[in-house]
Amino acid sequence: MADDLKSHLISSFEKNVRFDNRGLLDFRNVVIEYSVSKNAEGSARVKVGDTEVVVGVKLMIDKPFPDTPDEGVIMVNTEFLPMANPDFESGPPGIEAIEQARVVDRGIRESKMIDLKKLCIKKGEKVWIVSIDVCTLNDDGNLLDASALGAMAALKSARFPEYENDEINYKTHTAAKLPMKKQPVAVTVYKIGKHFFVDPSKEEEQNIDARLTITTTEDNTICALQKGGDCPLTLDDITKMLDIATKISKELRSKL
Amino acid sequence: MGKLIIQDKAVVVPGETLAEGMDYLPGAGTYRLGDKILAEKLGLINIDGRALKLIPLSGRYAPKRNDVIICKVIDVTFGGWRFETNSAYSAMLSVKDATSDYIARGADLTSYFDIGDYVVAKITNVTSQKLVDLTTKGVGLKRLRGGRMIKVNSQKVPRIIGKQGSMVTMIKKATNCNIVVGQNGLIWLSGEPKDEVTAVSAIRMIEANSHIKGLTDKIKDYLGFTGEVGEPEHKEYEHKENEHKEYGHKEYESSQNDDNN
Amino acid sequence: MGYAKRTNNRGFDELRKIEAKTGVIKNADGSAYFKIGNTAAYAAVYGPRNLYPKFLQNPSTGILRCSYNMMPFSGTGERVRPGQSRRSREISLVTEKALLPVVDLKEFPNAVVDVFIELIETDAGSRCAGICAASMALADAGISMKDLVVAISVGKVDDKIAVDLDYDEEAYEGGPVSDIPIAIIPSTGEFSLLQMDGEISKEDLIKALSLCKKVVPKLYEIQKKALSEKYTKSD
Repeated sequence: MADDLKSHLISSFEKNVRFDNRGLLDFRNVVIEYSVSKNAEGSARVKVGDTEVVVGVKLMIDKPFPDTPDEGVIMVNTEFLPMANPDFESGPPGIEAIEQARVVDRGIRESKMIDLKKLCIKKGEKVWIVSIDVCTLNDDGNLLDASALGAMAALKSARFPEYENDEINYKTHTAAKLPMKKQPVAVTVYKIGKHFFVDPSKEEEQNIDARLTITTTEDNTICALQKGGDCPLTLDDITKMLDIATKISKELRSKL
Repeated sequence: MGKLIIQDKAVVVPGETLAEGMDYLPGAGTYRLGDKILAEKLGLINIDGRALKLIPLSGRYAPKRNDVIICKVIDVTFGGWRFETNSAYSAMLSVKDATSDYIARGADLTSYFDIGDYVVAKITNVTSQKLVDLTTKGVGLKRLRGGRMIKVNSQKVPRIIGKQGSMVTMIKKATNCNIVVGQNGLIWLSGEPKDEVTAVSAIRMIEANSHIKGLTDKIKDYLGFTGEVGEPEHKEYEHKENEHKEYGHKEYESSQNDDNN
Repeated sequence: MGYAKRTNNRGFDELRKIEAKTGVIKNADGSAYFKIGNTAAYAAVYGPRNLYPKFLQNPSTGILRCSYNMMPFSGTGERVRPGQSRRSREISLVTEKALLPVVDLKEFPNAVVDVFIELIETDAGSRCAGICAASMALADAGISMKDLVVAISVGKVDDKIAVDLDYDEEAYEGGPVSDIPIAIIPSTGEFSLLQMDGEISKEDLIKALSLCKKVVPKLYEIQKKALSEKYTKSD
């Protein structure tokens, strides 16, 4: 019976109508607010329709990894707060939250958007750690794209705290921004039946066959991919999905 | 001497003083504290003579006997089915209350209702410990096939149905959609995609504006509906304890009458 | 000398700027946002709903379960490690006890009402902001309540009693500081949360608690406005 809803969705998609009256390639309204949390070095609240996330960036100083002694460190963590969805449970991140954090992380890391060498304070001893925390407020589908966009917005708004005599003074922020070179944006293209669409509602998300998250930079370079869902994709599918993502990523980037 | 602090139809919040003195009586959703009457919920105040009643504006559905609800099969047991009811409690439907057909012992019950199926059912009993029994014997009580489901604030259901079903009937006629409204705040729709969208936005409008006057006309305009609404002269929004009995669709009325006999 | 003027230029009985909204979390049965100065809390209520595991169920009433959490970037210093800490668990407990006296869940045996409180930024008074938000979210969820619960901190900074201490005042070094978070049931004037850090005399404590009561009507009005707003806008 669970297929009843899915076949109803598909028959609606055949007419290019979604349950909320959007076309298949229409994103919901995106609203980005910057600096929503004063204690974070950078923060943003992103709304995509009724989906809402808050992302905060904290800057800390610690030892670098031994294999990259002159580079700063990026960490991405996602909390699926039980506030956001009646099915989310308290406790350590589940596998969905972990996957999402890693996909966001990959987009930031592989695009080389942050010049990690510039985050080195003393080689082998002290580097800046950029910690990005994504917290979900309300889940009405597509947390992934919202989180990646939120991470970008929070990084853009980040300012270094005062650092003197080996001590960070978190109470005073300087004007110095993170050394950012690019703005990777993640767009996930979803597939139900033979239809491709973006930005699913919760209802749509629960009925997908496959999804492909495509993170691209301004020059259309693809810097991260993640295929999800239970069904495989053909090369033809992937080509179509890449075309859609490239187009939508420009729309999303213009909101930043 | 007693003194009324608020006006009829005022929106009040928990702890708000409604009246002072002993002249007024605390009705549903209100309570007496010393010589005052206070609100116990977020709601609209209805002043009925000396009685002060509060009509809740929000809150999850609480199962009540004779309510017709839409529920989802979550388990199939030896003797029947367990349903999720969009409330704090699940409900049971036993084989004997499901159908007048003969079902042999050990028959495959999933051929009647399978896990995940949505079913329109009537509540026959609710115990003090909130064990809920259902029946699907009766006109209009059935498995729902195809279509889609939306959730609304269950406190707004009477308004969405309208007097004698006038509101939902108007939406059905104007949009050519099949619509079933469950008292538990689940609404099932099936029609052409664009028509469903129109029906859903009309329902959302009612949900958001249930407290305003002239709502029927507003919805009529929105739908561009030109037929008779079939509602008596518009009266002030009133809510009776047994309002759920006004459940509009004819088919349910008849089944309710059967039950009363 | 003493503490003649507050470091934030407020009067001693003056609250920080407050912003309150309800219905902010669409999935929840009730929700609220409460911001006082730079301390901001979201609260979402789910329920009454099924409670598992079954041994937690109470056959004579529904139970209230509160969870207080700081977002990792919300603290005044370093990043707060995600997940429960001893501090957050204790605050969850006292929050529950602060709200319980007004909440009536007898109609919902064996069920649970979950309250999730998330702090997005903090500058002292976070448990009080959380309780204010939670109380509004419960009312927004249509829960039967004798009253809203109002929470605020009061304290003595050096020689002066002041309401709604911020982080700088809590960290004041010119003299002894006491910080007393309280919650009050406005209709009865009873206290449902009372904690204290620091030191204070019996007389000053009574004075502080009395000063607190002065600001209760103001806070109640703010909560009331946020709750009724979406129903009273003319169309």
